[in-house]
Amino acid sequence: MLKEGAIESRLVAGPLVVTTWPRSFLLPPHSRGKLLRDFNQSTVVVGHGYASFQANRRSLISFSDDVSLLVVLIDTNPFFWSTSSSSLNFHQFVSHVLVFLDLIVRLSQLNQIVVIATGHNTCDYIYDSSLDTDQVTGEGELPALYSFVLQRLEEFVDKDEKLGAKQEGLSEKRASSLLSGSLSMALCYIQRVFRSGPLHPQPRILCLQGSPDGSEQYVSIMNAIFSAQRSMVPIDCCYVGSHNSAFLQQASYITGGVYVKPQHLEGLYQYLATVFAVDLHSRSFLQLPRPAGVDFRASCFCHKTTIDMGYVCSVCLSIFCKHHDKCSTCGLVFGKVQSDAASDRKRKVPES
Amino acid sequence: MNNSEKKRMNGEAEEENEEDVEDEGRDAWERTYTDERSWEALEEDESGLLQPIDNKAIYHSQYRRRLQSLSATSAASRIQKGLIRFLCVVVDLSKAAGEMDFKPSRMAVIAKHVEAFIREFFDQNPLSQIGLVIIKDGVAQSLTELGGSPEAHIKALMVKLGCAGDSSLQNALELVHDTLHKIPSYGHREVLILYSALSTCDPGDIMETIQKCKKAKLRCSVIGLSAEMFVCKHLCQETGGSYMVALDEGHFKELLLEHAPPPPALAEFAIANLIKMGFPQRAAEGSIAICSCHREAKVGEGYICPRCKARVCELPTECRFCGLTLVSSPHLARSYHHLFPIEPFTEVSARQLELSRVASKTCFSCRESLLTPGAACTKCKQYFCLDCDIYIHESLHNCPGCESRRITPAAASATMS
Repeated sequence: MLKEGAIESRLVAGPLVVTTWPRSFLLPPHSRGKLLRDFNQSTVVVGHGYASFQANRRSLISFSDDVSLLVVLIDTNPFFWSTSSSSLNFHQFVSHVLVFLDLIVRLSQLNQIVVIATGHNTCDYIYDSSLDTDQVTGEGELPALYSFVLQRLEEFVDKDEKLGAKQEGLSEKRASSLLSGSLSMALCYIQRVFRSGPLHPQPRILCLQGSPDGSEQYVSIMNAIFSAQRSMVPIDCCYVGSHNSAFLQQASYITGGVYVKPQHLEGLYQYLATVFAVDLHSRSFLQLPRPAGVDFRASCFCHKTTIDMGYVCSVCLSIFCKHHDKCSTCGLVFGKVQSDAASDRKRKVPES
Repeated sequence: MNNSEKKRMNGEAEEENEEDVEDEGRDAWERTYTDERSWEALEEDESGLLQPIDNKAIYHSQYRRRLQSLSATSAASRIQKGLIRFLCVVVDLSKAAGEMDFKPSRMAVIAKHVEAFIREFFDQNPLSQIGLVIIKDGVAQSLTELGGSPEAHIKALMVKLGCAGDSSLQNALELVHDTLHKIPSYGHREVLILYSALSTCDPGDIMETIQKCKKAKLRCSVIGLSAEMFVCKHLCQETGGSYMVALDEGHFKELLLEHAPPPPALAEFAIANLIKMGFPQRAAEGSIAICSCHREAKVGEGYICPRCKARVCELPTECRFCGLTLVSSPHLARSYHHLFPIEPFTEVSARQLELSRVASKTCFSCRESLLTPGAACTKCKQYFCLDCDIYIHESLHNCPGCESRRITPAAASATMS
């Protein structure tokens, strides 16, 4: 399906070793002085090659601020990629992402990447840069990372397909991927990194998602978002689907990450490299895309329409647009003292 | 001789106090011998040899015991929990709160941990409100009103509060009763008393007040800092709360944080009601309006009440002009994990892991190799390491194994039959 040789020919032009970025894009004028003052602490944005050289000289002593652990969640949902009408197909998408991963690895020797694939029926780890250190040693080993990831992705997609073959009658209209599963796995991995000791890179999660939101995953995704907020792990998102994803917009807003829906998908690598390659410390010096307006309105449980004002059940917190007598989720009657309702139910049981 | 004379003169002062006053020139390493007494944590086995202290194993076994006790009461059955809580925290600032048995003083320790408790409380119960009450000189005063913003309460706590006089439990209960009487009927009324004194100085019959509180459906819990008292125990038994006495600072923190998640609610205590709530949209970037909380003009970055179009700065709050409760959907979503809890994992010993047919002996979620005994989910049958087990149940509330499976209605009914 994905041929190794085909990757180089489809690469979108983009520098692999980024040493100078246009200064005006990066630095608002008033922060340049701060950059010079912080130079000794190796937080230089321009000239990453030099920064990593500085970092490596002292790498045995401490991690500098610009070392990151990036957990990438790739959406491999075949229902989305086969019906996607945009200019990006799955092969091109993976090639953009692979070059981006290579960029991250080259920015600093201490950077770590973990790739988790989000499928339609399962989720799994694809690549962990801290495991096989022979593979990515720097010069001349470019194809090794690519071929490894491509091979694992192929195996994953086959496994996903096999698991899906057992199920029939699935409507393809709004088939979503298992985002909550991969988010949960990513968070558990990050907790493991936190536990490993005081020296660890700064973790963040990057979601490359195209599938629409699955409403059945709302509660699990919100749980994952709140857990990420508590552990201070930002969730970034680059959404390549058609309409905006409300879940991921909320995720980025609540955890302090960045949400981007690229307008020109042929240049996806450019978006990835300029917005998401920067480590967390340096983000304070950049003007990153800000969300236009995150919609926090709720949708009512009866009609699934977004509402401005509604009624909330005080016991189970279900949202309704009109006043009801009985809550459809928890079955409690409103306005009545519950002991009466309970004793009614008890009296009914022996009769039936 | 000198020591015993001192003890006779002020019998309440403790030995450590005298030593601190006498030898302030002691180094920190010397103070660890007098204050911390780390040798008390050592244990001996039967033959008299010292056993190494394995903190991790102790932590894991404590966690498992806690989970067992929780699952015994709830887990499978969906116990109704009081999600909209109105809690009054009563802090006893009588003379006994100045005691130094908790370093630096009971009052400082209480203030520090109540701040952490308030943050945790609003994190877990975003729709609830807290009010602070203090008891000083035999009189109870309200430090802050019932409100939903943590900053206001924490600011009030950080002020230097002196401690003096006697403590009066009845006055505190009367004040709390009056405060909580006014709240709407769907809210759960709770009181948490942090009591350091060993006596109570009351103007009337405290048993009557206790009955009054019981009739008003107030659930009173007490955390004692000195010793167990009958009147506190009676109060908690009558109203259905919990009474615990803290042994040291760490234990106190644990007991306090146990009150943060919503307690199981008795059905008669609160009437289920439909509460009208508004879900405001964010104001447009660059729009200028006078905000209703600070009474000054602000640009952008606020929310607009859907009923009266007033601007508010943060959520959740109550609109000052029309009284509508304003929340955003993440606030409601924060409480959903209480309604849909995940079941505790079963413990898996190393031998069972060997016998199982799992190919790679790694934790499903973090891919760390399973050396110590692990845990397995009952539904998806995946194996997890103990650290992931703790993280999943305490913070994440999602089982990664169950979330990584797609269950169609056909498959779900097949497994059930």
